[in-house]
Amino acid sequence: MEQIPILSLGEFLLVTIQVELHDQLAMRLQEDLTQKLARTHAKGVLIDISALEIVDSFIGRSLAHIASIANIMDSATVLVGMRPAVAITLVELGMSLKGIRTALNVDKGMQLLREATGRARVAPSQS
Amino acid sequence: MAWAVRLDFGVVVRTKFVTAASELGRNALVHGRGGAMTIKEVLQDGREALQLVFEDQGPGIADIEQAMTDGFSTAKSMGLGLGGARRLVNEFLLESVSGRGTKVTVTQWKRR
Repeated sequence: MEQIPILSLGEFLLVTIQVELHDQLAMRLQEDLTQKLARTHAKGVLIDISALEIVDSFIGRSLAHIASIANIMDSATVLVGMRPAVAITLVELGMSLKGIRTALNVDKGMQLLREATGRARVAPSQS
Repeated sequence: MAWAVRLDFGVVVRTKFVTAASELGRNALVHGRGGAMTIKEVLQDGREALQLVFEDQGPGIADIEQAMTDGFSTAKSMGLGLGGARRLVNEFLLESVSGRGTKVTVTQWKRR
């Protein structure tokens, strides 16, 4: 069965979606990612969608689900590499992916994750 | 996608059109119990267009206006499919007979 690989990168997980994300694959990714989050205690997830030519409302919703699930599991999510045409299409579709952090590329996404998780770790000692 | 490339649609138009097709295909599958899609190249007054027709023999849509409204959904989705698809294409025609099925025709004209 097809599967989207999830790589461990330090304290983060990297998901690079390189095939068109159909329904079953999206569901499988949700399951795999939650299991890996529970196992690795990763503090952040980076999802790279630069290879996706199409993101319809189903895929958009799946990505939003994945971000919420990761959030509940104490992990920040950043969506990176969205193509300009995909961004235009999603907004016109009525799906602005509110609540999902985005970055233009993997580098910037990693930086965002480091900042997000860095602050989270410092916060308790300040109070 | 290949058809849209052949007609030399720009990348944004292509992406919108294929995304609309994906929404409508899903609609036919989820609500219309599956159906057929026909793809056509249209030539009218010297202008070229790509036209997709989605037909299903499902339950039909009782209230078309309501179904086109963002946020309305009978499946637990966000209800962006029909209204969203309409915004992504040049022309959008929805015909439905309750109990008989639904036919959606979308057309994208090539800019001259």
